[in-house]
Amino acid sequence: MTSDAGAGSSAVRLDDVRMRFGDVEALAGLTLDIARGKATVLLGPNGAGKTTAIRLMLGLGKPTSGSVQVFGADPQAPAARRRVGVMMQVAKVPENLKVIEHIDTFRAYYPNPLPRAELVELAGLAGLAGYERRFFGRLSGGEQQRVLFALAMAGNPDLLFLDEPTVGMDVDTRRAFWKQVRRLKDEGRTILLTTHYLEEADALADRIVVLDHGRIIADGSPSEIKKKVSGHRITCRTRLALAEIRALAGVTLALHDDDLTLIDTDHLEAVLRAMLTRDETLSDLAIKGAALEDAFVAITNAGKSEESH
Amino acid sequence: MSLFPSGSFPAILLAETRSEVRKSLRMPAYLVPTLVLPAIIYAVFGLMLNNGRIGGMAAPAYMLASYGTLGIVGASLFGMGVSVAVERGQGWLTLKAATPMPPLAYFGGKVLMCMALGIASTALLSIMGVLFGDVRLDAGQWAMLFVTLAAGSAPFCALGCAIGYLAGPNSAAGITNLLYLPLSVCSGLWVPVEGLPKIMQHIAPWLPPYHLSRLALHAIGMPIPLNNHAWFLAGYTALFAWLASLAFKRQSRGSWG
Repeated sequence: MTSDAGAGSSAVRLDDVRMRFGDVEALAGLTLDIARGKATVLLGPNGAGKTTAIRLMLGLGKPTSGSVQVFGADPQAPAARRRVGVMMQVAKVPENLKVIEHIDTFRAYYPNPLPRAELVELAGLAGLAGYERRFFGRLSGGEQQRVLFALAMAGNPDLLFLDEPTVGMDVDTRRAFWKQVRRLKDEGRTILLTTHYLEEADALADRIVVLDHGRIIADGSPSEIKKKVSGHRITCRTRLALAEIRALAGVTLALHDDDLTLIDTDHLEAVLRAMLTRDETLSDLAIKGAALEDAFVAITNAGKSEESH
Repeated sequence: MSLFPSGSFPAILLAETRSEVRKSLRMPAYLVPTLVLPAIIYAVFGLMLNNGRIGGMAAPAYMLASYGTLGIVGASLFGMGVSVAVERGQGWLTLKAATPMPPLAYFGGKVLMCMALGIASTALLSIMGVLFGDVRLDAGQWAMLFVTLAAGSAPFCALGCAIGYLAGPNSAAGITNLLYLPLSVCSGLWVPVEGLPKIMQHIAPWLPPYHLSRLALHAIGMPIPLNNHAWFLAGYTALFAWLASLAFKRQSRGSWG
């Protein structure tokens, strides 16, 4: 929201960041520049380094090498932290505090907190009578997520980290949440989000960065990314041999799962036409648009799977 | 509410303390070792069964000092150790660590809560002692007793903190119990030191609760020398705080995935 001179136009900068945990290299030289006022989505399979990257940006650890900056400062500096809000996966929040008590405690951490009423409204708690007086432990999973969102917004942040924010929310709540996030972006805030839902990335992102094995393997707008990896998964019962299916143009993966055959392809119609022509007994056909993340897992695992089948 | 500007250290410390006190008061598992247990055993051993004198003091006054100490030890060990371990294990502490809240405010809030609950425990025992045990102290002695016990929570808060960082969320309560009972029994909090077996009388002077109870007894006018009790407690505080800070640094260096 504020544009301080000298700090440049990026909200977050990672420069050749490496992070090792023993023998595991969680980040292998990550360089990333998150522009202000944009929504950026980090995607990648589990273990890709998303969580590690976010933790470093939050100042919850120091990289093995390389530098991390938030608004031009060390992410551990209070000046940086006062401008950052975070919603992350928390196994458990103290349950014997009331919603309003949690909110007031977090507001006290910041010099210019959002008004209590605005936070209650932001979290979608306003319409429900007596809500803010309820104990946290009495809320449903989705409601708890919304309170965590209110806590993330308590300090009126310029930069908002949302780590898997809609886990546990039902469809309606998720859509309402997206609307909130878009509104926050329109106010000029920078959003950095991780998610497992392709639909969510698609709905919110100006830019998608895909990580795998601690490296960026794709980076672009949602439409650019989808062109690269979009595909479908065909599930069916067929007599065709795997080798024959793999020989079809556009098949990225084919393997057996019990007596079913799974095929990932980016040429759905052509592959289907070919298979139906060659095997008239083909049955139990199902087609599913591959989630972006599934597609990446499939691509990175393709080599291994072929060996074992 | 707006006593201090939002985001300033005192405002954050106040907010943390307030929420710690609220959490504790709503948690029966915590109120038992801090308030209920000392009150019950004081009623039984200090007021009902004991009309004699211990070390030249009326038993109800003597035991007010020892069970007051017991309340402080319980409030501090369980208040720090268990809650730090549990909140660490749940990821809640990680979320708070990402906010501008200074770690000192988090621990400070818990320490103030432990002191407040320990003082409440002593106050409860004092009322019982005055009403049913004919305990009579002058104003200076009352003040000294409360100040001594409040300040005496320091080594136990530090120890609790170390446990909170060294133990897992599921084992912290067990480990604290394992320490709490032998520590308090061997220090002569349950049965006066004078009545303990010889071997325990030799162990007691090495244990921090013993030193705190001697200071508390001195505060209420028992004619015993001050010796180095305060120095012992200061030394233990430094030792436990050092242990806790080692454990804290080990975690905050980022050994998490």
